[in-house]
Amino acid sequence: MLGAEGESGFTATAFNRRSLGFVLAAFALILAASEAVAQIRTTGGSEGIIEALIKWTPLLLLGPPGEFGGFVLNIAVSFLAMAIGTAAGLVLGLGQISLYAPVRKMSWAVTQFFRNSPWLVLLFFVMLLTPFHLRIGGVSIPLPDWLKATFGLSLPIMANMAEIVRGAVNSIPTSQWESAESLAFTRMQTLWRIILPQCVKRMIPPWMNWYAILTMATPLISIVGVNDAMTLTQDALAAEQKTELLMPMYGLLLVFFFIYCYPIARWTIYLERKYAVRI
Amino acid sequence: MESFWDALRSLHDAYGINLVQFYDDFERSRLLRGMWTTVKLSIICILLSVAIGIVGAWLQGSRYRVLKAIVQGYIQFFRNTPPLVQMYFFYFALGPQMPRVVNEYGIAQPMLGSFEWAVISLSFFAGAFNVEIFRSGIEAVQRSTVEAAESLCLNRLQTYWYVVLPLAVRFCLPALNNNLVNLAKTTTQAYAIAVPETLFVASQIWSDHINVLEMMITLLTFYLLLVGVIVWLMTRLERWLAIPGFGR
Repeated sequence: MLGAEGESGFTATAFNRRSLGFVLAAFALILAASEAVAQIRTTGGSEGIIEALIKWTPLLLLGPPGEFGGFVLNIAVSFLAMAIGTAAGLVLGLGQISLYAPVRKMSWAVTQFFRNSPWLVLLFFVMLLTPFHLRIGGVSIPLPDWLKATFGLSLPIMANMAEIVRGAVNSIPTSQWESAESLAFTRMQTLWRIILPQCVKRMIPPWMNWYAILTMATPLISIVGVNDAMTLTQDALAAEQKTELLMPMYGLLLVFFFIYCYPIARWTIYLERKYAVRI
Repeated sequence: MESFWDALRSLHDAYGINLVQFYDDFERSRLLRGMWTTVKLSIICILLSVAIGIVGAWLQGSRYRVLKAIVQGYIQFFRNTPPLVQMYFFYFALGPQMPRVVNEYGIAQPMLGSFEWAVISLSFFAGAFNVEIFRSGIEAVQRSTVEAAESLCLNRLQTYWYVVLPLAVRFCLPALNNNLVNLAKTTTQAYAIAVPETLFVASQIWSDHINVLEMMITLLTFYLLLVGVIVWLMTRLERWLAIPGFGR
């Protein structure tokens, strides 16, 4: 039963194919409207909207040649921030269930602080208050802007991961702890060999959900001056100087993100259903 | 009060801790206005997005498949694209298409300013989540309750407004709380389209006085307080709405 449900669960159902179609149709409508406006406004000799979009797409996706930027940078930042956030969040989450009250209270305070602050404020915090290079001994390591922005984005992920870890550990039945204790496992062994492996499965759907949220937060780094897809879109628009390109260009960027994030969202829902505890 | 400001001023002279945003009358009023803008933006967006959620959830229960598909498309689109790009799309791409109006100085200006566009884009963004939240609440209402309403000759709108929605709201308050807190935090993005809200004003102050650390701490404290107030109000609402027999 599980297998049958699993196979058909994720392969696009009629409903989610419809909303994907809806979004692409809306984009096509914007394109057609802008194309029509462009036809009326231009006196001929100028390229159409579709050609302009095709011309700029490589720049938006891959960044300027020889540089690290564009949509690829957004994805890279999201991967790195997720990795840092997950590792730090695991430590913070385990800190919240520590047996030592000071550690527990500190971890709780840190989690609440980073969880309840706006992303953009944390991003400014990291961008403005960390140095542009680190000096360790005699070696100076440069910290490029995109790396600092990645640290900034990983802070809220850290706090939310800590909550996910804490929730997952608390959701494991106490009998698991007790039976491990009866087998003379230490607390550390119980946690790493018995409790956490069971947590992984139930942490994956919320973890993926946060990954999608993080990816959708990456355009924020354009505000602090990183060459991501958002910045490049605005540069391209500034170069073109055409008002009828505004909607198609921003629309194209929205479509990029939608095509990347929507499958993740569907997959999360599928995994949530698959791993759901059946009562 | 004046002596307190003087104490803060001497703190700057003695230790270099520059809390100019409090002791200087001009900067203080600027910061307070920014905070008021954030609060105003949050309240308007919360109300509008809840309204969108209620209407959207009702439309989702409609019999017309086209209507349902449109609501579903709206939800999926706004949930799966970055709110910042949405805001840029509204302000930079849709904004110039709007008709211009002449203001009291005789200068033509866009019909909607950056504050209005921020309200529109944030409300649509949070509204998409609210539709899903209300829908989950509606699904939690027992079928027998709806049937009982039908047997009393209530029509679809009456059933929704008088029976289903009051129960659904109670079921989905915790999830709604989460989303509204998130909305209040997302209002900082209005910085990008130059709405003079707290972050925008703060960045002006720290550019003028180079007191980034002090300003940052003020800013984070303000947002923690804002979130705290929203959570407190929502818990009060939850307790006030509690009816025996439902929930804990």
